[in-house]
Amino acid sequence: MAQHQVNYTQSGGLPVALTTVDKILNWGRSNSIWALTYGLACCAIEMMASGASRYDFDRFGTIFRASPRQADVMIVAGTLTKKHAEFIRRLYDQMTEPKWVISMGSCANTGGMFNTYATVQGCDRVIPVDLYLPGCAPRPETLQYAVMLLQQKIRRESANKSQKPKRLV
Amino acid sequence: MMRPYTPKDNVQAKAYYTDRFWVAPRVPEEPVPEEGVYAEDLAAVKAKHKVLKAYIQRGQLVIYINPEENLEVLRVLKEERWYEMLSEMSAVDFLAERGGFEVFYQILNLNTAKRIRVKCFVEENQAVESVNPLYRSADWAEREMWDLLGVKVNNHPYPKRLIMPDDWEGHPLRKTYPLEGDEFAQWYEVDKIFGKEARDIIGPENRDPARIDRYDTERFARLGHEVPRGAPAEEAMKAEETPIQYQEEEGVFMIEKLSEERSKVLDRRK
Repeated sequence: MAQHQVNYTQSGGLPVALTTVDKILNWGRSNSIWALTYGLACCAIEMMASGASRYDFDRFGTIFRASPRQADVMIVAGTLTKKHAEFIRRLYDQMTEPKWVISMGSCANTGGMFNTYATVQGCDRVIPVDLYLPGCAPRPETLQYAVMLLQQKIRRESANKSQKPKRLV
Repeated sequence: MMRPYTPKDNVQAKAYYTDRFWVAPRVPEEPVPEEGVYAEDLAAVKAKHKVLKAYIQRGQLVIYINPEENLEVLRVLKEERWYEMLSEMSAVDFLAERGGFEVFYQILNLNTAKRIRVKCFVEENQAVESVNPLYRSADWAEREMWDLLGVKVNNHPYPKRLIMPDDWEGHPLRKTYPLEGDEFAQWYEVDKIFGKEARDIIGPENRDPARIDRYDTERFARLGHEVPRGAPAEEAMKAEETPIQYQEEEGVFMIEKLSEERSKVLDRRK
């Protein structure tokens, strides 16, 4: 019969880690934020650069997914046109809870320099946004920082399923 | 022809003067030569159809025709004179001046490298015949002309908007269309996704991206009038003044104290 002998005085105390459900769930969630591949304009170039080897999003557990059903965060990277607005809403609705949105760049934040009839003046008119990234276009470091801020935000919030519904705007 | 050069030193400091009523001089029009390719082209069109006006501009022949005959004139030019390529077509808005559009077809003869611009004037609600049977490149160009300018095209194989959404109202490239959109355009995504009831909740578009709502307690803290985060706007408006306090009255090295007299509050940006 195998003998398992644990030396409690040596291997860092008891082989037991105490935590709360919130903490362990949020630990898992915040370290595997899968992002929806959602490049709309030039910000998508910076988003792709963040995912590539030099900036390497995989270090944060962020992997781009092509399906909204597998994604946790939607990075709205670029100009949202009015023609496309209904589709961003549809994709957002298809993402599974819990879900977050990063609005990347001036165009997604406020419409940016496109003060015209064809551009949605800020994607928060259509979907609720958690993080606004300034810049035109934001550097990959900025997007990395945004993902790290989002991790902090996730770790702060309750992991309970009955999340309070997000504001529309 | 170029505008005369004006020195632009120090234009940032002084108001930049531009003459809003300056009208660019028209490119000079020359008569069509008696002989040559263009003379033969013009004779071929004139033999069957009416030509309202013809001249040479920048070495290219421009002819004005009746809008009812556009397909037949182009057929003559394509089949008899070998202008086989439609490089561009669209319309120009002359609604304010003449109550209509000028539709132009820029065609190219690949053998002689000669170009002709065929123009016709249509009233606002007058339709032109589709030239899609002659030139396949007219397909999208005519759809775009309908979409952005509202020039109707008869017998088009797929008369659908090209650029704007299918349920869009209005034609955005008309001179009368406001750049920021009419009411339909400004509420388009809200009406479509949430319905008209949501207009009150979402509110009108903010067309000034640098605008800061000083009573927005969710995103901004008003210096000197602090209230808890997320407090209602009425509370923020009535917030009594909480003067800025410093721990060290003498100040800290390298850090300048904010003097409230010198700070400026922007009430209105636009």
